[in-house]
Amino acid sequence: MIPALTIENLSKVYDNGFEALKGISFEVKQGDFFALLGPNGAGKSTTIGIICSLVGKTGGRVKVFDVDIDVDFPAAKRYIGIVPQEFNFNQFEKALDIVVNQAGYYGLPSALARERAEKYLRELGLWDQRDVPARMLSGGMKRRLMIARSLIHEPQLLILDEPSAGVDIEMRRSMWTFLRRINEQGTTIILTTHYLEEAEALCRHIAIINHGNIVENTSIKALLRQLSHEVFILDCAESLPEAVALEGFVARRVDDHTLEVEVQKGQHLNQVFAALESKGIRVTSMRNRANRLEEMFVNLVEGAA
Amino acid sequence: MSLREQWVAFMTILRKEIKRYLRIWTQTLLPSAITMSLYFVIFGSLIGSRIGEMGGFTYMEFVVPGLIMMAIVTNSYANVVSSFFGSKFSHSVEELLVSPVANVVILMGYVVGGVSRGILVAIVVTLVSLFFTHLQIHSYFVVIAVVLMTSTLFALAGFINAVYANSFDDISIVPTFVLTPLIYLGGVFYSMDLLPEFWANVSRLNPLVYVVNAFRYGVLGVSDVSLPVAFGMIAFFTVAAFAYSMHLLNSGKRLRQ
Repeated sequence: MIPALTIENLSKVYDNGFEALKGISFEVKQGDFFALLGPNGAGKSTTIGIICSLVGKTGGRVKVFDVDIDVDFPAAKRYIGIVPQEFNFNQFEKALDIVVNQAGYYGLPSALARERAEKYLRELGLWDQRDVPARMLSGGMKRRLMIARSLIHEPQLLILDEPSAGVDIEMRRSMWTFLRRINEQGTTIILTTHYLEEAEALCRHIAIINHGNIVENTSIKALLRQLSHEVFILDCAESLPEAVALEGFVARRVDDHTLEVEVQKGQHLNQVFAALESKGIRVTSMRNRANRLEEMFVNLVEGAA
Repeated sequence: MSLREQWVAFMTILRKEIKRYLRIWTQTLLPSAITMSLYFVIFGSLIGSRIGEMGGFTYMEFVVPGLIMMAIVTNSYANVVSSFFGSKFSHSVEELLVSPVANVVILMGYVVGGVSRGILVAIVVTLVSLFFTHLQIHSYFVVIAVVLMTSTLFALAGFINAVYANSFDDISIVPTFVLTPLIYLGGVFYSMDLLPEFWANVSRLNPLVYVVNAFRYGVLGVSDVSLPVAFGMIAFFTVAAFAYSMHLLNSGKRLRQ
C-alpha cells in the first residue's frame, strides 16, 4: 500500500537565514492517526505549510499518495484537507458560505457542495449557526467550522495544526470522537498538538521534531515502552508517618495523605502494593504524576537541546 | 482540475466578489454616484456653462465621458486592491492557495470581479449623467472595448498593489498619490489642445490620457490622440500587468513564505 505521505530530506531556510528544517524524513501510512510533536519553533508548522503549499521548500521531496508536489501539486492538493492553527476565513462571511465556497475552489458543483456542507456542518454541530457570520461564532465553533471546511472535498489526508487550541474540554472530547470516526472510515490524520494527552489518546504513531530535526519517529506504544520509570501519586486513607520507606522503591511523602512512588521499568505495581500493605498503608486512589508521553517528550526534547 | 472544475472555481470567486461589493454597496457603489453627481453639477452645469464649448461640444458633453471613465478606473482598481488585500490580511487567501485551483483562475476571478464593479458603477454614473446632458454614443464597439480593457487593466493594477501591500495604508497610497493625479491630468476636464506643446507632450506619457481619449472617441467621436495608438497603449499595459500578476502568483511572492 502506498504511503499517505512521504517526506524525504525536506529542508527549509527562510529569507532571514533561519534554518527551520534540516533535511527531515518520515512517512505516514494510509489510515494512520499520526502525531507530529515538537516545541514552539521546532518546524512543525513549516512542515505542514510545505505540504499544503503555503510555504516553499528549500530542498527535499514531498509525496502525497505517491504524487510528488514538484510534479503535480494540484493533484496532490486534492488529497489534502488542512485545518490551520490560526483562523483563516473571512470573518464577515456566513458559516455556510465559507464551507460552500471552499467546495467551489475544488470544482464541486453547487448542489453537491450544499449537500456536503449540510452533512459536515450537522456532524460538527454547526448547522443551526449556518447563517451566522463567522465573527459571531465562539472559538470552539470557529475551530469546528475550519474542520468542516477542510472536509468538504472529502480529502484522504487530513492535517490538523493544533486543533484543540482554545477549545474547552467538552468540545475537545466531542472533536476527538469525530476525528476517531473519520479515521475509522479511512481518512489518514496528521495532528500537531501541545496537549500530549491528546496525542496519546488519539494517535498510533508519532514523530517528534526539534530544532528542525526528527528526534523520534515510532509508535506511541513503542515510545512509552522506552520510559525508564514512572512516578505515581497515591492518595492514602490514613495519615502517613513522617518518613516512609518502601523496600525496592523510591518513595516520598508529599503531605499527610499523599505519597509519591517511583516505579522503575521492569517493576510491577503489585510489588508497590505489597510493600504498602506490609507498612499498613491503604491507598484510596492513584494517578500518574505527569502524562507519560509528556515525560518522554520532555526527555527527548531536552536531551536533544 | 478539469476545465469544468476550473470554471466552477472561477464562478465561485466571482460570485463571492460580487456579493462582497453588493453587501457593502454604501461603500462601493453609492460614493461614486454622489461624487460624479457633484462633478456634473459643479463642473458641468455651474462652471461649464461659463466655459463654453470644448472640442466642438458643450463642456458638460465634453467632461461626461472622462468622468464615467474615472469611475471605472477607480472602482475596478479599488475593488481588487481592497478585496485581495483584505483576504491576505485575514489569511483567507489561504483557502485558495491550498486548493488545486489554477493561479490564472484566481487572478481572473478577482479581476472580473473588479471589472464587474467598474461596469456597474459606470452604468450608475451614466444614468446620473442623463439628468444633466444628452448622451449619444458614436461607436458602441469602441465604448465596450475601452471599458473592458481599461477596467481589466486597473483591476490588474489593483491586484499588484494588493500583493505588495503590507498594511491598509499601502492600499490607499497608490490611488491617492498616483491614480487620482494621473486621472485629473489625463484630460478628463480639458482638451490637450489647451496645453502648451511641452506639457501636451509630457501628458502623452500618462496612460490615462489614452484611456480617457479613447472612451471620449467612443462617445463623442473626438479624441486628442490617435485611436489605434490609444488601443495599442491600453493593450500593452494590460498584457504587461497580466504577465506581472501571473509572475507574482506563480512565484508566490508575498503570498507564500
